[in-house]
Amino acid sequence: MDLSMRWLSDYVKTDVDIKEYIARMTMSGSKVEGYSTECDEIKNVVVGKIVEIEKHPDADKLLVCKVDVGSGAPIQIVTGADNVFCGAFVPVALDGAELPNGVKIKKGKLRGVESCGMLCSVGELKVTVNDFPGAIENGIFILDGEYKPGQDIREALGLNDTVVEFEITPNRPDCLSVLGLARETAATFGARFEEHIPKIKKESGNINDFLKVEVRNGKLCPRYIARMVKNVKIEPSPKWIRERLRASGVRPINNIVDVTNFVMLEYGQPMHAFDSSRVAGGKIIVRNAEKGEKITTLDGVERALTEDMLVICDSEKPSAVAGIMGGEYSGIEADSKTIIFESANFLGSSIRSTSRKLGIRNESSGCFEKGLDPENCMKAVMRACELVEELGAGEVVGGIIDVNNAPFENRKIKLDGDWTREFLGADISDEFIKNALISEGFEVSGDVITVPSWRGDVEHKADIAEEAARFYGYDKIPTSQIMGTSRGLLTQRQRFDRSIENALLGCGCSEAATYSFISPKNYDKIRLPADSEERNSIVIMNPLGEDTSIMRRNAIPSMLEVISRNSNNRNIEGRFYEIATEYEPKKSDELPNEKPTLIIGAYGGNNDYFALKGIVEAVFENVGVENWEVAANFKDPTFHPYRCADIIINGKKSGIMGEIHPEVAENYGIAQRTYCARIYVDDMFENRKVEKTYKPLPKYPATQRDIAIVCDMDLENLEMEKTITDSIGKILEKVELFDIYTGSQIPQGKKSVAYSLTLRAADRTLTDEEADKAVAKALSGLEKLGAVLR
Amino acid sequence: MKELLEKIRQEAREAIERASNIDELNAARIRFSGKKGELTAILKQMGGLSAEERPVIGQMANEVRGNIETWISEKENELKSMLSEMKLKNERIDVTLPGKAGKIGKKHPLSIVLNEIEEIFVGMGFDVVQGPEVEYDYYNFEALNIPKDHPARDTQDTFYITDNILLRTQTSSVQIRTMEHRKPPIRVISPGRVYRSDAVDATHSPLFHQIEGLVVDKGVTMAGLKGTLEVFIKALYGEDSKVRFRPHHFPFTEPSAEMDVMCFACQGKGCRLCKGEGWIELLGCGMVHPKVLKNCGIDPEIYSGFAFGLGLERVVMRRFNIDDMRLLYENNQRFLNQF
Repeated sequence: MDLSMRWLSDYVKTDVDIKEYIARMTMSGSKVEGYSTECDEIKNVVVGKIVEIEKHPDADKLLVCKVDVGSGAPIQIVTGADNVFCGAFVPVALDGAELPNGVKIKKGKLRGVESCGMLCSVGELKVTVNDFPGAIENGIFILDGEYKPGQDIREALGLNDTVVEFEITPNRPDCLSVLGLARETAATFGARFEEHIPKIKKESGNINDFLKVEVRNGKLCPRYIARMVKNVKIEPSPKWIRERLRASGVRPINNIVDVTNFVMLEYGQPMHAFDSSRVAGGKIIVRNAEKGEKITTLDGVERALTEDMLVICDSEKPSAVAGIMGGEYSGIEADSKTIIFESANFLGSSIRSTSRKLGIRNESSGCFEKGLDPENCMKAVMRACELVEELGAGEVVGGIIDVNNAPFENRKIKLDGDWTREFLGADISDEFIKNALISEGFEVSGDVITVPSWRGDVEHKADIAEEAARFYGYDKIPTSQIMGTSRGLLTQRQRFDRSIENALLGCGCSEAATYSFISPKNYDKIRLPADSEERNSIVIMNPLGEDTSIMRRNAIPSMLEVISRNSNNRNIEGRFYEIATEYEPKKSDELPNEKPTLIIGAYGGNNDYFALKGIVEAVFENVGVENWEVAANFKDPTFHPYRCADIIINGKKSGIMGEIHPEVAENYGIAQRTYCARIYVDDMFENRKVEKTYKPLPKYPATQRDIAIVCDMDLENLEMEKTITDSIGKILEKVELFDIYTGSQIPQGKKSVAYSLTLRAADRTLTDEEADKAVAKALSGLEKLGAVLR
Repeated sequence: MKELLEKIRQEAREAIERASNIDELNAARIRFSGKKGELTAILKQMGGLSAEERPVIGQMANEVRGNIETWISEKENELKSMLSEMKLKNERIDVTLPGKAGKIGKKHPLSIVLNEIEEIFVGMGFDVVQGPEVEYDYYNFEALNIPKDHPARDTQDTFYITDNILLRTQTSSVQIRTMEHRKPPIRVISPGRVYRSDAVDATHSPLFHQIEGLVVDKGVTMAGLKGTLEVFIKALYGEDSKVRFRPHHFPFTEPSAEMDVMCFACQGKGCRLCKGEGWIELLGCGMVHPKVLKNCGIDPEIYSGFAFGLGLERVVMRRFNIDDMRLLYENNQRFLNQF
């Protein structure tokens, strides 16, 4: 909301400078976004009076003028315009003047004749002929009326208003008006504000003889008021109206249109004026649009209406989309003689949905959709009629048509000073609260507060506390600490997550933060089969675009995009992790399962499957997940079929890791080999070892035995380790693979594998015989797998 | 014999001094004080001496042996330390060569700051709680005093999943879930992702993070709200930081406020960073609206509460001087490695 300070001062006077005004309004709840002074780019331009005009001696199209600029002798200025005359008052840019387009004016010679400045046109001052109706576009701006030569042009033309831009919160549509902000200003500065009651001096005839109004949907149209003006003379508005409109960002058009805009800005009540001769059958019907009905709006666009939209019709057809835009031909024409002012109230939510559907957003819809005060309709229409009469723009017809479907009922709230003081923690007196409320237009009698019609937001004593607090000053409310003891603690789970992260950071993985929504195309890119259950995702009805249209069911694509971006940014290697949420749909009316999933990604450099597995091992080690193993997975389409494993925690598949399938890497434009792990954090958490207890350190020495065996190439290490463990039993402390060899001396299709066994008994030193026996057991177990001593 | 002994002493001294390595020293040791050495040879002749001479010569011989042994041991120490010095010298390395340890990963700047904020509030007795991101309309709007046709819904362009399920636009939804499940006293913060249909640019993202705070108990006041947030800001930005509270509007708090921090760059004078205002808007807060308490089954006549919501990205960007929000979600290593 742009507020003209000139307009504000019609209603309330403050004696503070603009900076203080802004600061104090902001602190009382009307946040100021900024302010500007009109035409402050114009410098050193004054009113001049042309006292003499001669032809230029060497140029047919130039005139040499002597101009009185209020200081000593008239100055000489050469101009090319031909609309100047002796006695005309004109804007003169003096030597050194600056104009809004950035041009600086310097003394100079035009065809040999000295020119000490420039006479300006309307455009050169960045105003329009709408702002100054007597002026012409092409030619010097001849000022209307008498001026004192030498007066600053901004002052002379009223181009020196200051405009303050307010951010109005949605609970205060009443402040989308000069009067609303005047009231706030008065309350903030303790200044006087008296509501102006419009008065109409003379009325003739009766509107009811010409017009009938029927409102068929009282819910969508709580109030509809019509008044009539006859013998209308369409002409430009006077200067004081034009300059107030201009400062508010509204282009002056003609007196009647200007009056509706003026009232909308002043009262915050959109008004509509239409030519009564266009109302077929002398009847206005406010109703829902019919199925298939269409209207061509003012802007010439034909629009299809739906049955939930409210329209204003005459006896034949819709003439306006209620509160949003009039139909073509419904406006005011130069020959309009009798007009009707519509001042109505429409349901905010209905206006909002209609304006969205039709794609029309304007000042009027913007006001209505905030939910306006139906009581304001009457004040506004009276003010419009008052202005018409004052401007001599027409004669007000007697009588008012007022269809009121929502008679106002006063809301009353009990003033509870003690509660307010306790709630705020501030010592604000009852007296102060009362005065603040009264200055805001509330009535207070005893301890009963009556809420004015325009403050629909005030319903509860907490609302009263806010009114008291904001005029008392939030900054004056003391600060205190909250009472009582409380134990703040991260949960086990939160600490568990941090422990995961610490391990990953130690392994050189950096944390990524990726969007939770992805493009469904990712499922093709990671080679999920068309009928895969994992494609079933939460779909956003109104996404920004396809790229962010579904909630990821699998966070690997997010990681691959991170790697792709890095790889393409010439980061030749990298390791990342994210504890990402995956969204698993349930029934359509249920919320999805939001699954925290650890995603690890690595590419380039020394990264390979085993580096990735090492990271996973470090994480599990750090968080106390012990009961886990891996099993080769040849089937997952996203991964390299021979370099991928399921991660099985306590017998349940809880994750997967491996090299990304080369096709998938290619789909993401990643040149390097890429490795990913995806592990469900819930499964890790549930299977963590919670209690840690000390085991005595060994008292007896361990015996070391190494074995090397030859077996089939595809025989997995895990199987051999398990066999060794099971065969030897309790005295095996540790089995560690230390070498794998293929090549000369080893038959084709076979490999040599070497293990180091650590044997130890808790209660004695093992004898060589015992150790040899244990090795023999292991070997005979391995033999069953086809693995023989080398 | 005296002369002989004296000569041995002299020669031994010279030989020991001359020795430039352990081998030469050992040779001297053998020559003079070894089993077959010169001194031993002399001592063997002791039998031929008179009873008067014998103790004198014996004493002298012992003295010479003592001298030789002392000199050898001194020389030996000297040679050893020379040797080890040389060895160490040969092992000289360029200490300015790069270290070998593997690289440490970096936490995302959002997490770095979030963890810090969590720690501050945990220290003030708050728990950290979570709520779903895909949420019912009820928790995101309805229960927060934002009914279906409320204009505030306009300012939060919402992603919908169904008519009734949406991506939460604010972490305030967790206020409701918390109050439904916990009885006062309540002191929680709830960080998390929120979603609004804003196109991506330097200052907007359709996904960003908020941290919600909620305190409900008997006797919770607006003064307590101000005090709590002031303590938080001083912990986050330092003891010198100044805040101001100014009236604002949120449907679920009454009174509502926005809290500004005095601009760090200009100390309130007004500069480009703060757009000339001298203050930077940081968070929204207020006293929990009585209707919201009632919606959660908490009697507003007995209990009161305050709530606040803070945008994490804004704090992070200011902390690290990041001028483009997109960087936070691009995850370029060159960016991540800076924190």
